[in-house]
This record gives sequence, C-alpha cells and structure tokens, in this order.
Amino acid sequence: MTHAGIPELPAALWRNPEPKRSYDVVIVGAGGHGLATAHYLAKNHGITNVAVLERGWLAGGNMARNTTIIRSNYLWDESAAIYEHALRLWEGLEDDLGMPILFDQRGVLNLAHSLQDVREGVRRVEANVLNGVDAQWLTPDEVREVCPIVNTSPDLRYPVLGATYQPRAGIAKHDYVAWGFARRADAAGVDLIQDCEVTGFTTDGDRVTGVSTSRGDIAAGKVALCAAGHTSVLADQLGLRLPLQSHPLQALVSELLEPVHPTVVMSNAVHVYVSQAHKGELVMGAGVDSYNGYGQRGAFHIIERQMAAAVELFPVFARAHLLRTWGGIVDVSPDASPIVGLTPYAGLYLNCGWGTGGFKATPGVGWCMAHTIAHDEPHPHNAPFTLERFTTGALIDEHGAAAVAH
Amino acid sequence: MQLIECPWCGPREEVEFHYGGQAHVAYPADPATLTDEEWARYLFFRDNPKGTFAERWQHAAGCRRWFNAVRDTATYRFQAVYRPDEPRPEI
Repeated sequence: MTHAGIPELPAALWRNPEPKRSYDVVIVGAGGHGLATAHYLAKNHGITNVAVLERGWLAGGNMARNTTIIRSNYLWDESAAIYEHALRLWEGLEDDLGMPILFDQRGVLNLAHSLQDVREGVRRVEANVLNGVDAQWLTPDEVREVCPIVNTSPDLRYPVLGATYQPRAGIAKHDYVAWGFARRADAAGVDLIQDCEVTGFTTDGDRVTGVSTSRGDIAAGKVALCAAGHTSVLADQLGLRLPLQSHPLQALVSELLEPVHPTVVMSNAVHVYVSQAHKGELVMGAGVDSYNGYGQRGAFHIIERQMAAAVELFPVFARAHLLRTWGGIVDVSPDASPIVGLTPYAGLYLNCGWGTGGFKATPGVGWCMAHTIAHDEPHPHNAPFTLERFTTGALIDEHGAAAVAH
Repeated sequence: MQLIECPWCGPREEVEFHYGGQAHVAYPADPATLTDEEWARYLFFRDNPKGTFAERWQHAAGCRRWFNAVRDTATYRFQAVYRPDEPRPEI
C-alpha cells in the first residue's frame, strides 16, 4: 500500500474567464467527464474553442462526492472494452496531465456471499480474462492474504465464500484528477466557466445551436451534456425524454486511521464498499436510496445498513468514528449501463446514465466523447451505448457487474 | 428517516415502505398494436422531474397495500398520499 502524502498543487490551475458569446463546442457540466472531454477535444482533435459550463463550482458535484474506485472487471464485452480503455488511460494519466493524481493500483476484491454470487463471480472472471482484463478467482483464504482484516469466518450471517480480484484496479485522488484535466484544458485555451447554469437551449429546427444560461445566451456549434444526475432536467428543456431515474447515493468517511486496509473491497450482497484514502480515512459507500431524488442527501437507514455490513465484514472498524457523510445524485438507466452518443437533435451529444460508476470511466469516456463530438459519430467504444438500444432491445445488462445496488 | 403516511395505517417509518416509481402509468390499451418505439416508451421511459412527482409506494412491512403519493424530489417532502383508485390531487 502506498502511503503518499498529499502533493503540492501547481501554482496556477486555471483562468476564470468571462463567457464569450459563441464557441465551437459547449460542454455542460464541469465534472470529471466534462473536463476530460474538453482535454481530449484539445489534445486528440485540436478543438480548443470550447467552453465547459458549470452551474456550481468546478468538480463540485458527483466528482467531489464519489468513492474513487477504478476497475474494469465488467461482464459484457461492450462494458469491458470502454472501462478497460479507461483503465489503460488511468495508467498513463499522471504523465499526460503533468500532475500527481495519486493513482494507486492496490487491487479490488468483489466478495461472494452465496453460491449464486460464486457462480456469477467465476463467470465474470472468465469473461474478463477472455477480454484481456486481469482477473482472478480467490478462495476465502486467498481473500485473507490480500486483505487480512476481512472477516472470513464461516460463522458470518453472509460468509465470504470467495471473491473476484482485479490487481490493476485501484483508487485515485478525485479532486486532483478533475483539477489535472481542468488545468490541461485551460492551458489549451478551453474556457472553464463556473457559476453558469444552463437553463435552456436554442434550436434551429432539429439542430441545437446554443444554450441559455444564467449568464446569457451562448451560441455553440455543438453541445455536449455531461451533467450526470441532472441530465433529465436539462433534456426536459428540449422535450427529449430519457430512460433515466435520478437517485441519491451516499458515501461517508471515518476519522484518519493508521494504514489497515491495503486494497479495495466491495460487497454487492451485504452492500458496502471500502477503501482507505491516502490520508487514512476509510472511504465507504452504500447502495442508492430506492426513491428518486435530487436533494444531494439520502436516508439515514441506508447508512445504518451499510455500517452494519462494514462492521461485520471488518470487525476492526467497530471503534472507528464516522467523520462525515454526503450524497450525490446518480442517473440510473434501465440496464445499469451508460448512454453515450448522438441524440435526435443534430449537434447535441449525450453522456449520462453512468449511475453509481462514472468516476472510473472518466478518462475513457472523455476520450470517446471527444471523438463523438469531433467526428459527429461515436467512437467504437461508445457505439453500443446508444439511446436507441432501449428500442432495439440491444441492452447491456450490467446490474451484476455494476456492483452497487440500484 | 421520515414518517410516511400510509392511507390505511397512518404515519409509519420510511423503512416500512417499498418504492414503486412513477404513478399513473397505464398498461397499453391495445398491446398488440404497439410499435417497438411505443413498447420502449412504456417499458423504459419514465418522468424524472426535479420537483413534484406522483409516484407509487407500498406499505411493505405493514398492510402491504400500494398507494400513490405526490412528493417533491428536491426536498423529499410528501405533499399528498392517496389511494390507487383516487385521482391525483391538485397541489
């Protein structure tokens, strides 16, 4: 396990410009996905007359609220391809951004607690290996070798019967990731505009020609939505109905502790996922609240269940103090897979439906969105993730590998 | 945790309830005539407003009956609960 201190930031991160009245590309949402899209538009396609608009502050939405887990151990070929593309980019991202992001490949365990979990896990390991994704099946004893604090006693109500293990998975420091993308995009000439809420769109027939914002109308050759849980609210302005439901998803951290937890552990059945941040907090997440919500907070009973699962799986956590909790708003699609690509409106591109798992995809989806915008057609990695799949039936059902209950 | 008013049992804790998504989604009147697009709309597309939303809840740990509620998805406040055979109230 790496015990890196928190590195110094560069002296300058980004400018704070006034919005121009027109851009080639406007990206709505300065979270990880929007900023990564801006970076790769500049880097891969030479498109720099770009604005990233953010209603709050930069990377202050789900990017600031997630549990930073990065992995690519998804079941289906389509998902494995885009998440593995992202993971390979993560592996070179510090060099690309010229800034530390504390990417730490400490591995991820997905625990199995029932015979069905075991069968699903073994199947997923085999599928991962066939797709060139590193994956192993571990017995309970092997789980304890990787993470000695996991309770592998057979006396548990939901005993650990094994786990999938992806050694190349890990965590990164989410704020630094966002700021690294922002700094690179800014240096390339992209305008990052905070406190600028998009309230509507301007259109010419079935073409989107710009956005209305709290700081005036801005014309755009192309508009990309990267607004996560609030994408439905934006699309409603165009009468564009999306198969999304927005839910609160909560996470929490403990006080700072000595290094005790060397990897990432996820459990779908009893529902908790845990890693230890570089500074020492235990970072934990739960499932989504069942009901729709935009309040950036959730129900207390979800935290109670999550704590119960955490303490049973990790008896050493029993005396840890909870420091704070928070909630993000995640947009969940019917097949637990994202929607990335073109829309019925010319010049409007969609990136949403990442549900609980958007962070790990950040560089990969930024790369693919930039391609989609630049060429007006999807990159091969996001080509399967169309809006049309809900009509054609070509669903990518990742409820199992999404690993967070929703 | 908040109290939710079951129309039959009265106020009970949130953990007793199961969420059922958007209310008033009618089964297609003539299913055999639906296009793929119309089936997709029926199966997968639901409203997702930030604000007032009519939705279904079940008192799963109580009377086990379904009912409807109008709730604000920004504040999570329940504005009305009503039985399934009652029309959506004006708020």
